[in-house]
Amino acid sequence: MELILEGIVQGFWLLVRGDPEVWQVVFLSLAVSVSATAISLCVGVPTGAGLALNRFPGRQVIVSLINTGMGAPPVVVGLIVTIFLWRNGPLGILHLLYTPSAMVIAQCVISLPIIIGFTMATVQQIDSKLRLQIIALGASRAQMVWLLLKETHLPLLAAVMAGFGAVISEVGASMMVGGNIEGQTRVLTTATVMETGKGNFGLAIALGAILMVLVYLVNFFLTYVQQRGRVR
Amino acid sequence: MTPQYALEANELIVNRGGRRILDVPSFQATSGEVLAVIGPNGSGKTTLIQCLALLLNPDSGIISYNDHRISGGRSALHQRRRLAVVFQEPLLLRGTVHDNVSLGLRLRGFSHEEITSRVNRWLERFGIAGLANRQAATLSGGEAQRASLARAFALEPDVMFLDEPFAALDAPTRQSLTGELSQVLRETRTTTVMVTHNRNEALALGDRVAVLMEGQIRQTGTPQSVFTYPADEAVAAFVGVENILQGTVIAQNGGVAVVSIAGGRNIDAVSDLVEGQPAAVCLRPEDITLTAYEKNAAWTSARNRLPCRVVGLSPGGAQTRVHLDCGTGLVALITTRSCQELGLIPGKEVTASFKATSVHLIPRR
Repeated sequence: MELILEGIVQGFWLLVRGDPEVWQVVFLSLAVSVSATAISLCVGVPTGAGLALNRFPGRQVIVSLINTGMGAPPVVVGLIVTIFLWRNGPLGILHLLYTPSAMVIAQCVISLPIIIGFTMATVQQIDSKLRLQIIALGASRAQMVWLLLKETHLPLLAAVMAGFGAVISEVGASMMVGGNIEGQTRVLTTATVMETGKGNFGLAIALGAILMVLVYLVNFFLTYVQQRGRVR
Repeated sequence: MTPQYALEANELIVNRGGRRILDVPSFQATSGEVLAVIGPNGSGKTTLIQCLALLLNPDSGIISYNDHRISGGRSALHQRRRLAVVFQEPLLLRGTVHDNVSLGLRLRGFSHEEITSRVNRWLERFGIAGLANRQAATLSGGEAQRASLARAFALEPDVMFLDEPFAALDAPTRQSLTGELSQVLRETRTTTVMVTHNRNEALALGDRVAVLMEGQIRQTGTPQSVFTYPADEAVAAFVGVENILQGTVIAQNGGVAVVSIAGGRNIDAVSDLVEGQPAAVCLRPEDITLTAYEKNAAWTSARNRLPCRVVGLSPGGAQTRVHLDCGTGLVALITTRSCQELGLIPGKEVTASFKATSVHLIPRR
């Protein structure tokens, strides 16, 4: 009990005093995960909308792959990305392993299927008659997709938050492709793992608390969207 | 040279699940006319309108606007931007009424001034100018459908398509909107194709009526001709001919055919069918007058007078449907007031009279 209490007190002071090491870790976490989510968003939303609106041979295969991807274990993603970026791997020439870029790539692989899957489900949910009405109003294909996305902006935001929530809290992939190098690739999750291993519970608790707050904000928003949808 | 038809379709075929749901060899709408396509549910009306409005690709067929054949891709988008469609449901998007009514114009890249002026004009025209800044989601059904109509008319389309626009509205709203729409259509002379299963809407709005049944157009003509002279028994039943009796022409006297029907009765009908021709006798229930039974009935201009017995009554507000037995079943529609004056009760003897001109004969093979 004393251990926990001491840890919490120490964590509190670390946060309040603005320990530079802690804040650097927080900053890198956000930078990596926000970049990964943003990239996934740019690629995932059009892809998801395209999959929702088109029927083509092989679509079923792609959709089930995406559904699988939505639950892919980060460790496996980390393994695959590591192999690709390994010195004599296919992309080894880029020298990206153990850099924040590698972490962004790995987190993209994790969040992309989530954002594609959410977008697809959201767009498919829209009444097909509304889609017909939009076309009948003279919308080009691109205008139609834009209007449909606007029509579903809240669930889409939920897709983004779900993607972000998944990558900010994953540890396996970041650890493997980033390497938890101090000042370079150390993020909230990897630092928490390491500090806990070293017995530095105060620091671990401080990092954990920040992570919890971030994840809480994401979930608060998701719940808000979900409940709002129900009341309407 | 002005094109002959604003809209023309040929050899239109749509199959769904191995079944032919639309088979229209030829379909035309003349510039400025309102063509009402009527038919029962599931007859292919919506499929037809979606094909014509370039929202659904038919399995085969040619669609032309102003003599220009429409192929897919850009030319379809270009043509679609000269059309407008109003669906059964208002299908408004998130945003205000103004956002919705201006949407089609914005998609077409109209100038801000043009959009404002058109939107205001049409909001005003459909009586919802005061709702311009309301959120679309808060509108009542009637208000939303007005917004949907304003959105379509604001586009000032070459051809307007109306897919059962009032089917989801309550009766009073439907009635007032039908009146307003009729006025707008007359004023703007917009070429319009509307589909409906409501005969009264077709009568109120259509310059011409086409009857669609089981994916095929069975008859086209003025509302008067289609409702009075249906081409076959199925059309007759759909346009409200409740009495369809089977018989055979037994005499032809200078344009009046005498038809013998079941129960040994003879009916005079204005028709040039020849003796010996089997025919279906079509008689609308509202064309039958009932009088108290007298053995030597007073003179009336009606050529047909059948003694009948009342079998049952179905009151329907101002009018009452009277089921009669005159050797064969007959239905008459009379005012509830005259029903009371005659003291009609089941079992009462009455005389059913109708003119020879009210009877339409359909020859049978």
